[in-house]
Amino acid sequence: MTDTDRGTQRDRHSAFSLFTQQSLPACKPVLTPEWVIMTFLFIGFIFIPVGLVTLRASHSVVEIVERYDIGCVPEPFRIDKVSYIQDDSIPKNCSLSFKVPKYMKAPIYIYYQLDNYYQNHRRYVKSRSDKQLLHGQNEHGISSCQPVEVNNDRPIIPCGLIAWSLFNDTFTFIRNRAELKVNRKNIAWKSDRGHKFGKNVYPFNFQNGTLIGGGKLNPTIPLSDQEDLIVWMRTSALPSFRKLYGRIEKDLDVDDVVVVHLMNNYNTYSFGGKKKLVVGAKCNK
Amino acid sequence: MVGGRRKKQHFSRIHAFTCGKAYFRGDHSLIGGPGFSRVVYCNDPECFEASLLNYGGNYVRSTKYTLATFFPKSLFEQFRRVANFYFLICAILSFTPLSPYSSISNVLPLVVVIGATMGKEAVEDWKRKKQDIEMNNRKVKVHQGDGRFEHTKWMDLKVGDIVKVEKDEFFPADLILLSSSYEEAICYVETMNLDGETNLKLKQALEATSSLHEDSSFQNFKAVIRCEDPNANLYSFVGSLEFRKEQYPLSPQQLLLRDSKLRNTDYIFGAVIFTGHDTKVIQNSTEPPSKRSKIERRMDKIVYVLFALLVLLSVIGSIFFGIATREDLENGKMTRWYLRPDETTIYYDPERATVAAILQFLTALMLYSYLIPISLYVSIEVVKVLQSIFINQDLHMYYEEADKPARARTSNLNEELGQVDTILSDKTGTLTCNSMEFIKCSVAGTSYGRGITEVEKALAWRKVSPLAQDVTEEEGQVEEFKKEKPSVKGFNFLDERIMNGNWIKEPRADVIQKFLLLLAVCHTAIPEVDEEAGRTSYEAESPDEAAFVVAARELGFEFYERTQTRISFYEFDPLSGKKVERSYNLLNILEFSSSRKRMSVIVRNEEGKLLLLCKGADSVMFERLAKSGQEFAELTKEHIAEYADAGLRTLVIAYREIDEQEYVEFNEQFTEAKNLVSADREEMIEEAAGKIERDLILLGATAVEDKLQNGVPDCIDKLAQAGIKIWVLTGDKMETAINIGFACSLLRQGMKQIVINPETPEIKALEKSDDKSAAAAAFKASVLQQIAEGKRLLSSSNKDSEAVALIVDGKSLTYALEDDVKDNFLELAIGCASVICCRSSPKQKALVTRLVKSKTGSTTLAIGDGANDVGMLQEADIGVGISGVEGMQAVMSSDIAIAQFRFLERLLLVHGHWCYRRISSMICYFFYKNIAFGFTIFFYEIYASFSGQAVYNDWFLSLYNVFFTSLPVIALGVFDQDVSSRLCLKFPPLYQEGIQNVLFSWLRILAWLFNGVLSATIIFFFCIRAMQHQAFRKGGEVVGLEILGATMYTCVVWVVNCQMALSISYFTYIQHLFIWGGIVFWYIFLIAYGAIDPDISTSAYQVFIEACAPSGLYWLLTLLVLIASLLPYFAYSAIQMRFFPLYHQMIQWIRSDGQTDDPEYCHIVRQRSLSHTTVGYTARFEAKSKSSKERARDH
Repeated sequence: MTDTDRGTQRDRHSAFSLFTQQSLPACKPVLTPEWVIMTFLFIGFIFIPVGLVTLRASHSVVEIVERYDIGCVPEPFRIDKVSYIQDDSIPKNCSLSFKVPKYMKAPIYIYYQLDNYYQNHRRYVKSRSDKQLLHGQNEHGISSCQPVEVNNDRPIIPCGLIAWSLFNDTFTFIRNRAELKVNRKNIAWKSDRGHKFGKNVYPFNFQNGTLIGGGKLNPTIPLSDQEDLIVWMRTSALPSFRKLYGRIEKDLDVDDVVVVHLMNNYNTYSFGGKKKLVVGAKCNK
Repeated sequence: MVGGRRKKQHFSRIHAFTCGKAYFRGDHSLIGGPGFSRVVYCNDPECFEASLLNYGGNYVRSTKYTLATFFPKSLFEQFRRVANFYFLICAILSFTPLSPYSSISNVLPLVVVIGATMGKEAVEDWKRKKQDIEMNNRKVKVHQGDGRFEHTKWMDLKVGDIVKVEKDEFFPADLILLSSSYEEAICYVETMNLDGETNLKLKQALEATSSLHEDSSFQNFKAVIRCEDPNANLYSFVGSLEFRKEQYPLSPQQLLLRDSKLRNTDYIFGAVIFTGHDTKVIQNSTEPPSKRSKIERRMDKIVYVLFALLVLLSVIGSIFFGIATREDLENGKMTRWYLRPDETTIYYDPERATVAAILQFLTALMLYSYLIPISLYVSIEVVKVLQSIFINQDLHMYYEEADKPARARTSNLNEELGQVDTILSDKTGTLTCNSMEFIKCSVAGTSYGRGITEVEKALAWRKVSPLAQDVTEEEGQVEEFKKEKPSVKGFNFLDERIMNGNWIKEPRADVIQKFLLLLAVCHTAIPEVDEEAGRTSYEAESPDEAAFVVAARELGFEFYERTQTRISFYEFDPLSGKKVERSYNLLNILEFSSSRKRMSVIVRNEEGKLLLLCKGADSVMFERLAKSGQEFAELTKEHIAEYADAGLRTLVIAYREIDEQEYVEFNEQFTEAKNLVSADREEMIEEAAGKIERDLILLGATAVEDKLQNGVPDCIDKLAQAGIKIWVLTGDKMETAINIGFACSLLRQGMKQIVINPETPEIKALEKSDDKSAAAAAFKASVLQQIAEGKRLLSSSNKDSEAVALIVDGKSLTYALEDDVKDNFLELAIGCASVICCRSSPKQKALVTRLVKSKTGSTTLAIGDGANDVGMLQEADIGVGISGVEGMQAVMSSDIAIAQFRFLERLLLVHGHWCYRRISSMICYFFYKNIAFGFTIFFYEIYASFSGQAVYNDWFLSLYNVFFTSLPVIALGVFDQDVSSRLCLKFPPLYQEGIQNVLFSWLRILAWLFNGVLSATIIFFFCIRAMQHQAFRKGGEVVGLEILGATMYTCVVWVVNCQMALSISYFTYIQHLFIWGGIVFWYIFLIAYGAIDPDISTSAYQVFIEACAPSGLYWLLTLLVLIASLLPYFAYSAIQMRFFPLYHQMIQWIRSDGQTDDPEYCHIVRQRSLSHTTVGYTARFEAKSKSSKERARDH
């Protein structure tokens, strides 16, 4: 054997040459019936327990959904709900009640649900200024807020369609004539409160235009503490969505009757959207 | 040097050569007119008149780009691709408010993709540049004035320079030969790089300049050449030389072309007339056609389909968007007031909803652009380059003796290698080594020589194989003669009965002596005696002739000197056992011609006897034998048939004694004929020769092996089993071609041969008459008739499934390739198992290739080694050049160069199959993953009022193709193996998958697209249903747009990567790394990107850490969606594998069962092949065993 021969012999076994000769050790599975059956069994093995656990979890939750958008419009106005909702002179008080079907364990989550509301419309999603929300007074970087960026030549804080159309129905819960306190803190994502909405940014020039969209903000509270705004501004993914309104930190017993007093301010009538109140909690003790 | 000049013999003296006598013909009157305007001031390129002319320099550039044109030109090339152009438009539009995502995230991938492709172009062009530099910096001696010659770079040559080219150097430009080292001013030129012919061509200078032998004689040399303008015609040249106030005509006889080589001549002097791009060879070179593979062309169609889909989706989207937008204002009242339709821009204006819809259409086009894989082209290019590297690296295709690996010169065609339907092969130098070896002879009815030909080797090997146990003959003989190869070139004869002077002990020693003597005398070779080594070597016109002379020398008759009238040789004297000097007077040479098929010499031996020594083809020789000279005729015929079947070239050897009277008569007639100037000179010579070449006495026959390259029959057999048709296109004569056909088992005894060669006497007669058109018509009619006959034969033999071979000669081919005949011809040719075209010109080779390619639509591969194959190589879908001995021309114009024909087997069956499979699955997968991704975006639009809001973050979108899913695809494209190389070679029918395009059929492509839509549907609807209203986390927070996007994206990444893992069946650590690495990388990216300031990360800020990771729903959903999306494919492929396996899956089966070494199983699997093997030695063997069985039955 010559030197070169030996060289190639040695080469043939080195890792590099296995690579270049495309003969790396490889696993070559073939879909034999045994393998297929084994795979299916394995998937079943995983999914049956997972399914059981999920099913049980799903049964341990109680959820009460009350639609109120029609019920809260008094009979005479039902022909033209839009003008009813736009007429500021008419009081918008309304109340509804529900019976607790199962024991509800605190915390009880309260959501409002809107249907047919395109919070994910491109125009809507874009119409905000993250810079302004975090840093406040800034003439620049609010062009994205169109068409709600300035009013009377002064920038609006918070600008943009999302903030402008803030949901402003309010709910008060009463059980046995006693008000159930709704905790409206900590309903927004922590990162939003901490890093997207400024601690020193206060609402300014907000809802001062000719056309008023949704809710107003207390100009003395910084944006980072305006949690309903923060929740609202995290745009929903789908046209039917729920948003967290608050928590009741008391348990509710079976057959408790809860009366909800609400201010039906928000206009979903013009586009045929539904409004629902959702109360949910775990039911196991 | 003047006196001591070596007196050498020249072919000119031996041949009835008509050279040098130039005269002014009609063409020369054109000189100075249009098209003939070139004026060359020899030896005075600097003079005033010459400087006015300003002919170009000798610099040759073959690069595609220069530094200045690189950017504009290559950018233009890039954006000519529809897909790239589309992405360019998208990139431009992304700077407008139309864009659904940020511009930077859209432009970056495009820049990466285009940059990578341009980088590749630049590297390739740089390689060409380096070659140019090497070529342009070669040196040649140029006259500098005062008779001094100095080495100068080729590129500095100017028109009019006098150059001195020495032996074995290339001519640097087109030259006019002025003088050479020979007195007659002749020189020999090898034009292999131009036309592939290996024989030497003789050129001769004008007499007027032939005396300029010395460097110093050019001190005062002045001449003016006027000639034609540069053109591409290699074989014509018109010019005149003005020298010492006299005009001399110039013809192609004085023209030395660039890239040809000076041989057998010490040096020549020449004047440069055409330089650089004006030279004939470069004028002749056409732009190499850029070839694209079939798969790529189909891929373009898929891209168009996707474009159509894209437009369709966009139209649907924009219509719905238009409707929704129009409804935003109802009788002046806002419906979706939160969008402020009263104070809006053109993009959302309900009052101009149509315009808004049209603009939205553009947005949608951009948004759904993820249906079209931007990185597809660049990924494919990267993959192909890597595949080429693997081809180049393959040690099994490395030719150690010449240190030549395989070289894929264009990576475009890798997958095409897996789809070859027809191979068109050159013969000389491709199938054969172009060296002749004297291997056997039959003398006095006894066959001598025990050398084994390649064919016999192949057959013998086959016999030992287990499948073929029924036939066992001559098996024992094989091992016995596996001795060391003799070191003498051209001589592979092994027989102790003859060698070492033993022949005198044979019963017919007298005949053997005459036989050997004839071999030593009857030829036109020139001896070159190397005094020091004491060896004689020979320069012969053809390699077979050299083989004869070498054989005679090895057997004791050493020819060592030739003068014009004498032939001298040493003869081994059987009585004294010594070498005796003999010399015969050479009287006449009756040359070989293709019509005569024989050559003779007439000599007078030392005893004064006149002898006619003759050798020729058996077809003409046997009829010329004397009645008394047929002693061994029967036996010899038998031997010749045997030799021919073994693929050898045979010649019959005979002689005759002539009496003085007859000779004198003959000589008179012959000389007269030779001196004739009329058109029938040739005929008269033939006639005279024919008269004397009769009543011959048979001595025996020789068999010369046109040595096949190593492993050729084996390779051809494998290719035939793989269902590839093999056509041989050769410039050689029919007999040789047929011999080689036998040698590589393309032909076999008992195969029906359809020969189209209508050389009937009537047609010959017509040709002699002046009526050329009548002759042509008759010829064509005869060709047509023979084709029709052939078809009849073919259809009749199809019934008994007999193999038929078609043999066409060049002249018939001319007619067969005419427009109205060619379809007929092709039909016939396709029906035949093997096709051999002989005497075909380079152009015909290319035409045949084009015919096959265009009419059948199948993939053709041309393989050749000479410059005469260039046309064919460029015309074929794939051109494979053999980087053998014959210059580099073929290699330079080939797509892939290999060193030996036998490497073709591995190139096609292994690399071709792999590449085909890899690229096709890669493309399918590419479309799958983009469809799956694109459709989730589209589905989301349904829920977003078609407003163009993307569900994913901008950077998720743009990095999808580039990062998270691209590496596994590349791994698939580079490394995947359905079947190991060993099994690829073991089961050649596997190759049929490529020919029939099983893996890239429209059905399969559409199935993948459907799979993509299915995956997208499952991913999207599972995700939105699972997440719409649910509290996502302990704190009761619900899912927003960004969380849905991140979750869905996670699902997509998992699904497409696992789909990949499911669809390949070959995992090395690389696959594991890329597939699982892709998924891990996504999580890493998500974390890293989410950690950046929300200004940059926008909606992805903290989305994983805060929202997804702590949520059980997220993980559970990922698992559920993953399994649910993969189940349909998994079930499908399990069923298909079990019940309807494809060929490669059958092989995978038997491999996983460990049955690949079980001959029975292998046989069964081979039998499942889709086509029947008709040629190659396997078929030959089967035919033989079949017929022997039949014979046994008959007895």
